[in-house]
Parts: sequence; C-alpha cells; structure tokens
Amino acid sequence: MDDSPRAVGYGRTVRGRIGAVARYTALGVAAVLFLLPFYLIVRNGLASEADITAPNWTFFPTSLHWSNVTELFHDPSVPMARAMGNSAVVSVVQTVGQVALSSMAGYGLARIPFRYANVVFGAIVATLMIPAAVTFVPTFVVVSSLGWVSTLRGLIIPGLFSGFTAFLFRQYFLSFPKELEEAARVDGLGHWGAYWRIVVPNSLGFFAAIGVITFLGAWNAFLWPLVIGQDESSWTVQVALSSFLTGQTVNLHELFVAAAVAILPLLLVFVFLQRYLVQGVAESGIKG
Amino acid sequence: MADRRAPATDRRPSKRHGKQRTWPAFWVFVGPFLIGLVLFTFVPIVWSAVLSFFDAHNTVTPSTFVGLSNYVDMLTNSDFLQSLSTFTVFAAFIVPTTVAVALALALLVHRLRFAKAFFRSVFFLPAACSYVVAALIWKLSIFNGVRFGLANTVLGLFGVDQVPWLSSASPPWYWVALVTLRLWLQVGFYMILFLAGLQRIPTELYEAAYVDGARPGWQVFRYITFPQLRATTVAVLLLNLIAAYQAFDEFYNLMASARGYPPFARPPLVYLYFTALGSGQDFGHGSAGAVILALLIGIVTVLQAKLFGFGRKED
Repeated sequence: MDDSPRAVGYGRTVRGRIGAVARYTALGVAAVLFLLPFYLIVRNGLASEADITAPNWTFFPTSLHWSNVTELFHDPSVPMARAMGNSAVVSVVQTVGQVALSSMAGYGLARIPFRYANVVFGAIVATLMIPAAVTFVPTFVVVSSLGWVSTLRGLIIPGLFSGFTAFLFRQYFLSFPKELEEAARVDGLGHWGAYWRIVVPNSLGFFAAIGVITFLGAWNAFLWPLVIGQDESSWTVQVALSSFLTGQTVNLHELFVAAAVAILPLLLVFVFLQRYLVQGVAESGIKG
Repeated sequence: MADRRAPATDRRPSKRHGKQRTWPAFWVFVGPFLIGLVLFTFVPIVWSAVLSFFDAHNTVTPSTFVGLSNYVDMLTNSDFLQSLSTFTVFAAFIVPTTVAVALALALLVHRLRFAKAFFRSVFFLPAACSYVVAALIWKLSIFNGVRFGLANTVLGLFGVDQVPWLSSASPPWYWVALVTLRLWLQVGFYMILFLAGLQRIPTELYEAAYVDGARPGWQVFRYITFPQLRATTVAVLLLNLIAAYQAFDEFYNLMASARGYPPFARPPLVYLYFTALGSGQDFGHGSAGAVILALLIGIVTVLQAKLFGFGRKED
C-alpha cells in the first residue's frame, strides 16, 4: 500500500524490520484492548450470575449458559422484543425519510434555478451553527404541544430534517456531471424524471454512504428517545438498556445478553457495509 | 459556487421569452424538507427564545413575563457554572488524548503492508456501540467499584486496594471511566479521518524529502506529514470539542443510579436535562440555559474560524 521512499528504502534493512515488529506489536496490544469490551459482553452474557459477581474474577467463565438468551426474551420485566421493534422502525424510517427529504432538497438547491435559493440555503446553513443536542429542550416544547410524547411519531419525525445532510447532498450534486441531466432533458424528462431516473441511480454509492451513517446515528441515539420515550411502550433499545442501567435492578447476565442483541444490527452493518460507512465518515467528518 | 450563480444570470431572459418557470419545481424538491426544518428547528428556537423571558414552570404557554431574570439566575447559578467547569475538565482530558491516539493509530495503520484493513476495522468497531452499551460494560464490568470489577481485579494483582470508581467525588476517579469510555468509542472514527488525510498527501513530497536527506521518522513527520495534516487536525479538534460539549449519554448512564444522579460530574446537557425535564419542568430557566449554551458554542465556532481561517481545505 505504502510506496513512500521511507517504506521502500528502509523496509528491508535491519532497522526497518525492527520497526515493523515494533509497529505490529504495538497495534496488536492496542487491538486486544479495543476488542476486550466486546469479549466482556459475550463472556458476561453467557456466564452464570455467580460467575459475573464472583470475587475471584476469571477471564473465562466456569460454564456457558446459552439459555441466558431465551431467558432474556421470556422475562416480562425486560421489554427487549418491543424495544428492538421500536428501534428498528425508528431507525429505518428515519434513515429512508432523512435521505429522501434532504437529497431532494440538496438537488433543488444545487440544480433548480430560483430567485431566492440563496436565502433558503442561507437559512439551512444557519441551522448548522446550532448543535442539535442543545435544541432538545426547545424541540421537546414543540413536540409535547403536538401531543407526540411517547409516540413513534415523536421519536421519528423531528429527526427527519437534517440541515447538515441536506448541505452534504447539495455539495455532492454540485459536482454531479451536468451532461447526464442534459441528456435526460433532450429525452423529454423534467427535473422530477431526471432526478429519479438519472441522478439517483447514478449516485447510489453516495446515498448508501449517507444512509449507513444516518442509520448508525439513529440506532444509537439516546438523548431524544430518552426525552420522548416516557412510556415503556415507546422505549427504544438504548432507553430500555439505560433504564436498567440507571434504575431498577435486573439480572446482570440478562443485561449483557441485551447489550449483545442491541449492537448486533450495527455489527452486521460494520461487517457488510463497511466500505460505505468509511466513506460516510470521511464525507460527513471532513466537511462538517 | 459558479453552478449556483449561472442560473441567476439567465433568469431574466427566460422570463422574457416565457420559458418554463422553475420555481414550482424548486418547491417540489425543497418544500417538504423546508417545512419540516421550519417546524422542528426554527419554531422551537424562536419559541424557546420567547420562553426564556417568561416564568414557565410546567407550562409551555406561560403568561408571566420576567425579563432577563432567567438569564441572570442561570449565570449566577453555581450548579450551571459548575457544569461549565465540568465540561472544561472533560474537554481538557478527552480532546488532546483523542487527537493524539487517533493520529498515532492512523500513522501506524497507514504504513502497514498487510492486515491493514483488519486493524482499521478493529479500531473503528467500537463506533458500532452506543454510549449506552459502552456505559453498561464500563459500569457493570470494568469499573465496577467492587471486587468483581475487571479494573479492580487487575489492580488487585499489583496489591492495590479496591477503588470506588464511580461512587465517590474525591478523589474523582470517575474521570478515568468517563474518559476511557469516550476514547475507546470515538477514537477509531477520528482515525478514519486522519487516514483519509494521510491518503491525500502527495507521494512526491516524501520523495523530495528523501532526496533532500530528511531523516525518516521524526523529521519527515515534523516537516512533511504533520503540516500536511493541519487541516484534518483542526477539523478533528473542533469536532471533538463540540462533541465533548454535548456529552450526555455516557455521563447519564455511568453516573445515575436508582438513588438518582450524584451532585457532581454534571456536564451542561445533563444539568439542562434535569432543569427542564426533571421534576421541576422549568422551561423558562431551561430555555435560557439552552440559549446561553448555543451562544457559547457559536462563539467558539466563530473564534476557531477566525484563528484557523476556516482551517479546512475545500475538496
């Protein structure tokens, strides 16, 4: 990968080899530390309660209890199945909705002439200056007066409109080749037809990158779901876990199984969609 | 920029010749998004600004105008000021460590010949965890203040007494848990940004340095790599700072227990949460606090733009 003179020139010397060994050793140690928390989830999730709380902590549990998994979903005091369902609905709808709405807005701003487009764009950029988390009190005021507390609507809808995502799409569409759309015009398509039949199909990589990073944020969101999910029926996975972490006591092994279940969808995303995820991080991080 | 200006110039001729008007199409595309943005961003901000001048306990349609007294209360409230200093301590720990570790990992990973993708994935993987899940592991497994906690078990091997990681304010060991948690979770994210930055450095620069006899290692890093990463580093610093300012999830989940949230370790958003949405439902003071926090972060953003000349390259 690296063909800089440094790597080429020194890679075969003794000093270079020592450097490589040192580098891999350091990274190996770091990798073990980074993976350790994941191991702890699995270890405690499959251990008996006694193994988790034993004063003599051991790296491997004395016995494995796969029944912990079924126990979690049969425990009526832990609404895990419901919470997973809520999280799935909220994250999927929010991802699809946010990408659809902000990509259209971004396209309109980048491509469709309008006298006051600059004013609209300025208003959107102004919202980027205000960190989203600070607005949770004001947004709660509006959402509660709509009567949306403890509803899926309240969880989903305020998160559909991201000025930042619209901004990213606008920047992307500005660099989209105009020739493709002009060809579509010649074929008699309007803006709407050109957008859906030419622009979107040719931008799927970018849509996937933004979509994956939006999904990640939606699934892991905590503050807003905590504020809105005041009723157990509207808890997302994160709120459900938190309620056991900060309040009522529950069996520790069940809680660790719940944690494993909660991160499973995102682990799948990391394994199968990592290319888009890395692109999404680079896009949203650098330009943010 | 040129793209956006071009249509404006041909606006007039198109009108004169009675060509297709484009504003209906513009609103079809931008309208749905803009309505939502107005309803869930602009309206809340204006409403909240109004509430900040009213006595609004348990109501969002108050009638008692109190002028600036909510602001005066907040700025003289020792708990609120305490939350700002809690954030300052947190940022002083987390921002430099994250930048240093993310940069170090990126430099190490960037030059690997094999297993590069593996290490990149491993360091990035914690970003799949929510702060809630991470707090669960940290609180119940690693930094449990009793004997079955991993940290205390390891310390016990060296003959160190058990440490009450999260339950005691003095000494404030809870910072160890808070900082390591955030570091673990987010450092891979910033490593990806540094890796992207490293990839953009032209190879010719290293070749030139090699020809000029720059010693590999520190000299090359000091005079080539680091200056070339300046834009990325500034972006990472700022993203980090803003993220730390908005820290809530791990504080809430690590520190709160069935007995409530302890009086210490309350960053601004935790303080705001308990003021506005706790038992008091004090939207007047909560809104004033939100306005102050938004202004503070705005000032920081503008200052950094001034200091670093926007600090980022357009790409």
